[in-house]
Amino acid sequence: MEQATTLDHTEDVYEPSLTPDSLGKLGMWIFLIGDTMSFGALLAAYAALRAGAGVIGWVPPSEILGINLTAGMTFLLICSSVTMVKALESIQKGNVSRMCTFLGLTILGGVIFLGLQAYEWTHLIKHGLTLTDIPEHGLKGGAISGSNLFGPTFYAITGFHGLHVTGGVIYLIVILIHGLRGRYTAEFNHEVEIVGLYWHFVDLIWIMVFTFIYLL
Amino acid sequence: MAQNGHNEHPKYMLIFLYLFILTAIEVGVAIPEYSIVIKGILLIGLACGKAILVAAYFMHLKFEKGILAAIVITPFLICVFLVIMLMPDITMDSRLNAIEKPAAEVVDTTQR
Repeated sequence: MEQATTLDHTEDVYEPSLTPDSLGKLGMWIFLIGDTMSFGALLAAYAALRAGAGVIGWVPPSEILGINLTAGMTFLLICSSVTMVKALESIQKGNVSRMCTFLGLTILGGVIFLGLQAYEWTHLIKHGLTLTDIPEHGLKGGAISGSNLFGPTFYAITGFHGLHVTGGVIYLIVILIHGLRGRYTAEFNHEVEIVGLYWHFVDLIWIMVFTFIYLL
Repeated sequence: MAQNGHNEHPKYMLIFLYLFILTAIEVGVAIPEYSIVIKGILLIGLACGKAILVAAYFMHLKFEKGILAAIVITPFLICVFLVIMLMPDITMDSRLNAIEKPAAEVVDTTQR
């Protein structure tokens, strides 16, 4: 609460119950809760369509998608989550240059992730997995019969997640620019914490997407 | 909101190690062919473990006020409820499929 007085833009006519930093944090949590429902609905739809199609009507995802590449992508996102907490830890100790380095590494992780996803998508599209079609034969050569809703649900879910990563990278770049200009100090750093919340959430969602689409 | 998490930093590298090990176990569990039900339970359990680690330590949920954790868990419970609500639709659908499919394929459906 006492932090409110250190911020220059507070006009303390009355005592607000939410301080500027806790308000921002609560706002981000509320957004993330809403986002959980979006992803939850998409994954529930995926589960329903897959279960409804039965074993014959659905391509086993591992036949089309290799696990190795996405396991690497999962590892990459976990790494970028660690660099994100390290960035926050650094600025809480007042080390601005260390924070900027770790933010830069986090952004790098996000960009590589997007690059790998673009590579994966092009690969899949080349092999015939599109919104309306699935490959006649799996990428590994196994025979697959019938068309189904695997393509649309796969692209919708991974695309929606990729969009979140893209947004997160832009968000992180904005925070990095602020950081380089010396906006953040050991006392004023809740904005770094809030971008961290978003970034870890994107990681958390990928853990779920990886499990439900690639592994199961 | 609670400021008390700021001074006690959890051991992030240890959490990272846990996440790495859990991911490796997940991949190891997913590759062999066996009952989809057991595989599903194992994988969902492992994924939930990872998600809880990320939320509790990286997002500092463990160090916030308990009410925030309660608020955050709510949508996940609603998602579980959402899947349960879809269950009747799923079973109806596969029954219809089973009627239309030739017998040989129907046997296949029940196996996995």
